[in-house]
Amino acid sequence: MLSASAPTTGSESGLGLDRIIELLPEIGVAMGQTFVMLLVAIPLAILLGTPLGVWLYSASPVGLKPRPRAHRIVDSLVNTIRSFPFLILLIAIIPITRFIVGTTIGTAAVIVPLTINAIPYFARFVEQNLTQLGSGVVEAARAMGATRGQIVRDVLLVEARPALIGSITIMTVSFISYSAMAGLVGGGGIGDFAIRYGYYRYETVVMLAAIVLMIALVQVVQIGGTRLARVLDKR
Amino acid sequence: MISLRNVSTTFRGKDGDFTAVNDVSLEIPAGSIQGIIGFSGAGKSTLLRNINLLERPTRGQVVLDGVDLTALDDERLRRERHQIGMIFQHFNLLNNRTALQNVELSLKFAGIEKAERRRRAQEALEIVDLAEKSTSYPAQLSGGQKQRVAIARALVTHPKVLLCDEPTSAVDPRTTASVLQYIADINQSLGITTVVVTHELNVVKAIADNVAVMENGAVVERFDVADLAAGTFEPGTEIGRYLLDEEIHLDRTPLAGRRDPASGAPLRGRDGKELAHA
Ligand SMILES: Nc1ncnc2c1ncn2[C@@H]1O[C@H](COP(=O)(O)OP(=O)(O)OP(=O)(O)O)[C@@H](O)[C@H]1O
Ligand SMILES: [Mg+2]
Repeated sequence: MLSASAPTTGSESGLGLDRIIELLPEIGVAMGQTFVMLLVAIPLAILLGTPLGVWLYSASPVGLKPRPRAHRIVDSLVNTIRSFPFLILLIAIIPITRFIVGTTIGTAAVIVPLTINAIPYFARFVEQNLTQLGSGVVEAARAMGATRGQIVRDVLLVEARPALIGSITIMTVSFISYSAMAGLVGGGGIGDFAIRYGYYRYETVVMLAAIVLMIALVQVVQIGGTRLARVLDKR
Repeated sequence: MISLRNVSTTFRGKDGDFTAVNDVSLEIPAGSIQGIIGFSGAGKSTLLRNINLLERPTRGQVVLDGVDLTALDDERLRRERHQIGMIFQHFNLLNNRTALQNVELSLKFAGIEKAERRRRAQEALEIVDLAEKSTSYPAQLSGGQKQRVAIARALVTHPKVLLCDEPTSAVDPRTTASVLQYIADINQSLGITTVVVTHELNVVKAIADNVAVMENGAVVERFDVADLAAGTFEPGTEIGRYLLDEEIHLDRTPLAGRRDPASGAPLRGRDGKELAHA
């Protein structure tokens, strides 16, 4: 089926290489859009998700400063956002998107739902990574007369750093695939490119090329992340 | 001097309350080494953690050189803690910081200027003979070395008190001797009032001046190590006798002849039948 559909695109060489070359500028633009999405959404998620995750850890019933009632509310709020399928979130928050970036289409418009999705996602990673450190180092820091802020900054986040790098890697990889849904609001990106050419126009070769690029991107992110985490991990 | 006055600690749990420390009063003279010995679950760690209020006692007072720690607000208590060093069975060092950085952190928390931290941390590592390991991470150190870094971290702020929770339970006997030697030397040269929690009689015999024996949250017996060494101390409790008897006694008589200690009934096999005499 697939091989039969390829020639319908009118490619002269059986491989469709010239078609790919023809589309290279468009592929470049799509890759650029993907990079922009990731390079804005991921740092924003880290910047905003870290304090949220620290708060979730700290306010939990066994945390540094338990606030059981507030914790329960924020905890379920985080769960709520996390349970939305990305596609639905994308559409559901269109009014918010318009308010923040002034438009509901294009790459900028995709960054908003991506970030909103990523913040609680990363906050959970932070919370879990801090919880898994165990009570020993916190105990020692309390005994040394550290403030709560010092315990978070100088002890917890330092000890969790390798795990956090691992979490950022996992998050980035999932968001490479999430960003493919950006096409729905005209956000572009390499995933959207693959869907448009491969799924809607049956240009299998073009789609495969785009997928190969995505695989390469994921590999680079994953290998880089794993390396960095290993260098930082002194256990 | 540390005075514990009628200290009790009760944990509230789902299936009722549990009193881990029950009305303990203890005077620990300045500069002395107090041993606290008892079996697992006796409440030793909880009592030790009561002294720096890592675990706030539910009742009673902890008075350090005339200051009632239980009456202080969080901020004052935090500052008092700079006067109280603590070391732990599992060292509790930060894995992602070098030995030197671990010691420096203690000074940072005590509000010492950055320029001074490096020098003092280096000095503290020299006291525990680890100057050449200052750039090693904990994973690159042996158990004894890790505990020495922890000792350096505890004493670098020049505390009045050193609390030790099973400081040698995770190291071998020779390392135990070395770690205890450092604690004893520091106690002598700096006059730091020291409290050592342990379940090993050998440890208190080697290092303590006075010993409190704990059972079920209470101090049931006290003695001077000097009296023990002179043979003039006779334990007055079952637990004291058991603790002072270092031998491990196992019942090696045939199972068939034995009775269940609780019910007095003959022992039964997995098949429910009484064990036959061999
Ligand atoms: N945070 C807590 N919540 C509930 N119970 C606790 C808590 N901490 C300790 N306990 C209970 O208090 C009792 C005394 O504990 P503690 O750790 O003080 O004993 P220990 O003498 O130090 O024992 P070990 O030699 O095993 O360290 C135990 O039965 C323990 O289960
Ligand atoms: Mg204990």
